[in-house]
Amino acid sequence: MGESGYLAAFIAVAAVATFATRVIPFLFFERHTEHPLVRHLGRYLPAAVMALLATVFLQRSADWSGSWMGFDALLPGVLVVIIHLWRRNALLSIAAGTISYMAIQQAGL
Amino acid sequence: MNQSVFRLTLPILFGYLPLGMAFGVLFSTQLEYAWWAAPLMGIVIYAGAGQILAVSLLAVNAGLLEVFIAMFVLNARHLFYGLSLLGQFKGAGWRKLYLIFGLTDETYSLLTSRPRGSDRAHEQEVDFRITGFNQCYWVAGCAIGALLGDNVAFDSTGIEFALVALFIVLTLEQFKALGEGFPIWLGAAAAGFAMLILPPAHQLIGAIALVTAVLLFEYRKHRGQAPGKESSHG
Repeated sequence: MGESGYLAAFIAVAAVATFATRVIPFLFFERHTEHPLVRHLGRYLPAAVMALLATVFLQRSADWSGSWMGFDALLPGVLVVIIHLWRRNALLSIAAGTISYMAIQQAGL
Repeated sequence: MNQSVFRLTLPILFGYLPLGMAFGVLFSTQLEYAWWAAPLMGIVIYAGAGQILAVSLLAVNAGLLEVFIAMFVLNARHLFYGLSLLGQFKGAGWRKLYLIFGLTDETYSLLTSRPRGSDRAHEQEVDFRITGFNQCYWVAGCAIGALLGDNVAFDSTGIEFALVALFIVLTLEQFKALGEGFPIWLGAAAAGFAMLILPPAHQLIGAIALVTAVLLFEYRKHRGQAPGKESSHG
């Protein structure tokens, strides 16, 4: 198997593995769409997953060992919450948080 | 419709372009393959963390079985996303396959958080375009990064925080739409717990499995106590 043959096989395998994780629920649970348990999960899972993604990625954006002790990401995160509760404009909240985070990171304090 | 979809996906543009570029730069500086293989991976694999992992697997010429297992495990959290979209994608016809293929963390977040009207076919068309727009941003980032390689001039350090900010905003929107805080606290607590006891690579799947287990437990308890009654949380 040559270099490009390996790359082609690699990409195909990686694509199939990724797609499998996304399609499996539809293959096995499609007939149970109206089941109360599936409806229960459909109602509460997205909110829980969103909170979970926000928590994990916020933690990973922070530098916990430096002089900021995590506040380099926590402050922009709190800013997003405050501005969003105030104006409820998603783009404004996201821009404010991102710009303040970039400023802190690039200032290299 | 395209204009409103563009507005809705703008935060994803700010996240996917720099992250895709980071992948592209990594790909072209670490590996000897042609640059266009980077956007090609963005088109057929379409997974952020998965593609970055793929660079390190390609660098060591990993075996294909190992590649399959590594990619499957890394993306296993997507198994749970489909569970909450079974009804929403039903009857989407030929678009459904692409809606499922394009189910990244960010697309899932947008599709489950945005307000929906009663015209089902129209809403599925919007879902379809959101998915397509997002993938275009990602593929463009992969291509630009791979072409520029080390010559990226603009200091975009930290711009990927746009995705963290998006998740925070969508959490607040989910809270307002649901009117109850229980799933939010559950998700945050599960994330905290997973981060304490698991290595980074398994934290997301661990937390999502924990959340699902608690929701299942709570469903059973609830069914046992008040059969037939609509759910109500504290």
